[in-house]
Amino acid sequence: MEHIPLQYFLILSTLMFFIGVAGFIIRRNLITILMSVELMLNSVNINFVAINRYLYPDQMQGHFFSLFIVAIAAAEASVAIALIINIYRRFDTIEVTEVKEMKY
Amino acid sequence: MSLYEIMFAIFAAVILVFSILTITTRRILRAAVYLLFVLLSTAGVYFWLQYEFLAGVQVALYAGGIVVIIIFSILLTHHIDHKFDRAAWWNIISGSALAIVGSVTAISTILSYDFKPIAKVAIDSSVKSIGNQLVSTGHNGYVLPFEVISILLLAALIGAIVVAKKEDTNSEPISK
Repeated sequence: MEHIPLQYFLILSTLMFFIGVAGFIIRRNLITILMSVELMLNSVNINFVAINRYLYPDQMQGHFFSLFIVAIAAAEASVAIALIINIYRRFDTIEVTEVKEMKY
Repeated sequence: MSLYEIMFAIFAAVILVFSILTITTRRILRAAVYLLFVLLSTAGVYFWLQYEFLAGVQVALYAGGIVVIIIFSILLTHHIDHKFDRAAWWNIISGSALAIVGSVTAISTILSYDFKPIAKVAIDSSVKSIGNQLVSTGHNGYVLPFEVISILLLAALIGAIVVAKKEDTNSEPISK
């Protein structure tokens, strides 16, 4: 494990995070925007775990942070999917450019 | 190159290639499948770092749970071979410019910082030790976030049901 420096992990997760940011801006569909958010959350997890393993192997704080982030991502995804299906039922589309009214 | 390094290179390459494909493909179902590959190779990175429990959680919750409900909602809201229009060129330029500027800034910061590995003996990361820490109130105990997460999951469960249930008949749906 000593052969790979910590920086490689951080660069990998940085690239993944900014790919998620680009997807968030480029895409116009709610589900693909949700996928971009998942990419970002996942890259943060890699960061936590790698720093935990390399710099502080005597604790497990990064490990537990990742565990809680995974749980929060699951909750967030389920609520987002519920909202998206509700929006689809109301507007017959989930393109963000065509959903303009929030009024009940 | 040892086998360790080759494994890391494979995981990193799969993550990067399929992340890019996830946000550039024009077929939404393929985007979900590419996302699945990204999440699975992230689990591989966790295995590589010897956090087996976290890798298992990643496969079960992310790859097994989240991707499945994403695919489920895609099938509910799109035709199966739905193809997007090409994204507006202004969006593509601004999105990739922001990504390039941001990643160059972050990577240059990372490379200029000297991370000093602290040579300490590694803690036991078996499932038993994780379980003990998760419900312990003492040093290195995580019982408070554990309880907060359970409240959050309950709230998300109720919220998802309330949001997604059919509305009562006397409220008028908004016209498009």
